[in-house]
Amino acid sequence: MKYVDEFRDGQLARILADRIAQAVEPGRTYRFMEFCGGHTHAISRYGVTDLLPASVEMVHGPGCPVCVLPIGRIDNAIALALEHGAILCTYADTMRVPASERSSLTKAKAAGADIRMVYSAADALRIARENPAREVVFFAIGFETTTPPTAIAILAAERAGLANFSVFCNHVLTPAAIANILESPQVRDIGTVPLDGFVGPAHVSCVIGSQPYEFFAEEYAKPVVIAGFEPLDVMQAVLMLVEQVNDGRHEVENEFSRAVTREGNGKAKALVAEVFELRRSFEWRGLGEVPYSALRIKTKYARFDAEKRFGIVYRAVADNKACECGAILRGAKRPKDCKVFGTVCTPENPLGSCMVSSEGACAAYYTYGRFRDREAA
Amino acid sequence: MSVVKKDYVRPIDFKTGRVDMSHGAGGRAMAQLIDELFVAAFDNEWLRQLNDQACFAVPTGRMVMATDSHVVSPLFFPGGDIGSLSVHGTINDVAMSGARPLYLSATFILEEGFPLADLRRIVESMAAASQEAGVPVVTGDTKVVEKGKGDGVFITTTGVGIVTEGIEISGDRARPGDKVLVSGTLGDHGVAIMSFRENLQFETTIRSDTAALHGLVARMVEAVPGIRCLRDPTRGGLAATLNEFARQSRVGFRIRERDVPVRSEVNAACELLGLDPLYVANEGKLVAICAPEDAERLLATMRAHPLGRDAAVIGEAIDDSHRFVQMETGFGGSRIVDWLSGEQLPRIC
Repeated sequence: MKYVDEFRDGQLARILADRIAQAVEPGRTYRFMEFCGGHTHAISRYGVTDLLPASVEMVHGPGCPVCVLPIGRIDNAIALALEHGAILCTYADTMRVPASERSSLTKAKAAGADIRMVYSAADALRIARENPAREVVFFAIGFETTTPPTAIAILAAERAGLANFSVFCNHVLTPAAIANILESPQVRDIGTVPLDGFVGPAHVSCVIGSQPYEFFAEEYAKPVVIAGFEPLDVMQAVLMLVEQVNDGRHEVENEFSRAVTREGNGKAKALVAEVFELRRSFEWRGLGEVPYSALRIKTKYARFDAEKRFGIVYRAVADNKACECGAILRGAKRPKDCKVFGTVCTPENPLGSCMVSSEGACAAYYTYGRFRDREAA
Repeated sequence: MSVVKKDYVRPIDFKTGRVDMSHGAGGRAMAQLIDELFVAAFDNEWLRQLNDQACFAVPTGRMVMATDSHVVSPLFFPGGDIGSLSVHGTINDVAMSGARPLYLSATFILEEGFPLADLRRIVESMAAASQEAGVPVVTGDTKVVEKGKGDGVFITTTGVGIVTEGIEISGDRARPGDKVLVSGTLGDHGVAIMSFRENLQFETTIRSDTAALHGLVARMVEAVPGIRCLRDPTRGGLAATLNEFARQSRVGFRIRERDVPVRSEVNAACELLGLDPLYVANEGKLVAICAPEDAERLLATMRAHPLGRDAAVIGEAIDDSHRFVQMETGFGGSRIVDWLSGEQLPRIC
């Protein structure tokens, strides 16, 4: 497959693996966090860690939009469908995220809620046009990548005068989350999660550009290499990070130059700025309340805001006590450090959100990598 | 003297007519539908008797029986339809024991309001598939459910076949060292269905691979009577089949990604939809496991058959108490090919 296979080439991978092996300094360890679930998935699916020296450790970050959705927001979405009788349109990954009282969108659907899986916000708009007598709510989740399409849907709904369409907005922001991880006590004060650098987001950076990372590369003295989601991209980024660490540099470098510029996509950013504004605070699963880390719909478009339209009240719900998703999302623990991993919590019956999406650290490790535990044992 | 006039029966309107409740009520309308559609299309000596059962002589040997329900959406897709699929699916399930399929039964659950033209198209496609395979539909049943209580048409077929003495093909017979073969490219059916689904139409030349595999199986069994396991990787794809074999046979598997045949169009579509071809359904492919010394002969036999042209050896069974299916990735790493969790594609067969 043109333009894809080139980035999964086993021969090039071996060459890069040799270069990384030569670059790492003896006696030194390198811990890099890949922020995005897309990277986590690529690393697991292609077995990238098999090609890295033992001294390079990849730590999974919180960049899985499904994983960071707190229980309370899922409860809100279920209420929109069950109590307000709306057609709730959602991305498929969200269907199995655990909600309160062992519920989920899948279970709510079985209980009679009209929940429909869509591939894009545009599908939700079409459903709204086809069902003029019903309220149709788009359950908008995701980082900066999925935000512009939601903005387009709202603007299109306004132009078309669609009275039955609204958006339950849960869009979150990457830079705020990275800063939060670096600010968390585990990282900064106690120092139990030493991170030597970040593999920066691919698709998010296409939208926001590389510039937003410059502040914390500088402030926290951590190198950032923006990388594409293909396995060779990840290997190349690891090499660039190792070289930065060796040189004592902490710059923002762009491995994904075929798609990412410093400024990002101006048109997409303008669309987002037109429709959305910052929330003062938003709860993330695993990170807790993170200031200015999410978006809400501007008052100008309030009639498309499901939270206002249906008077949604947010109620925080604590995660299951046994669940270590919080620590795993911060990179403080690994999936196998969690007592319920692979026992009570599996992809079929996820207890925590990291086990739901294929981009979640636990699901990726369970699905692709758990044979390594046996080899280690 | 009065003459009793012969009853006039208005022919069924297969152009614009629709299924109504009377078509399943046991009265004249049902009898007429059976006569004009099912008996006419499937035409054979058993159906012509119009009994509630088919009576046939039983050959010596062991009998094999399999059943399969078909609820695919959409009903018509590139490369086939629910009719041909329902014939191929059950023939394949029977054939995967090494048996020669003999007879089929067919049950239709029709939704009130379903266009008779579509029903006729489906039944004629079934009849053509059964004729081509040489496996007649000898008995059947029709029920009609109220509008909203079905989805157009559901078809259940059951098949019986006969397996020669000495052939022992079963999912629990794989041993460490055995070779794993597939009969051709994977994922064609699932992607063809997906490309045609409502809301998700994208242009592709991919067609469903739906086909009856008993001819291929007959040649394989002839060449290598000691084949250990055979299965058609339908729902859940190759990943599900290998995990099933691993559990049944108490072994692990190690396969090589670069040896698994996948069309580049299927790869591209999977890339687009976020699917993994190893988990996508097939309807005209099989997975075979045989002793290492038989692998070459089996592969050559498969490749000599039109339905096994792209056959390949993709890996081996290994000793593994965890029953993991592992894969050497094309990239040079390794990973598990796990059971499918949740559903990858809704209603594909």
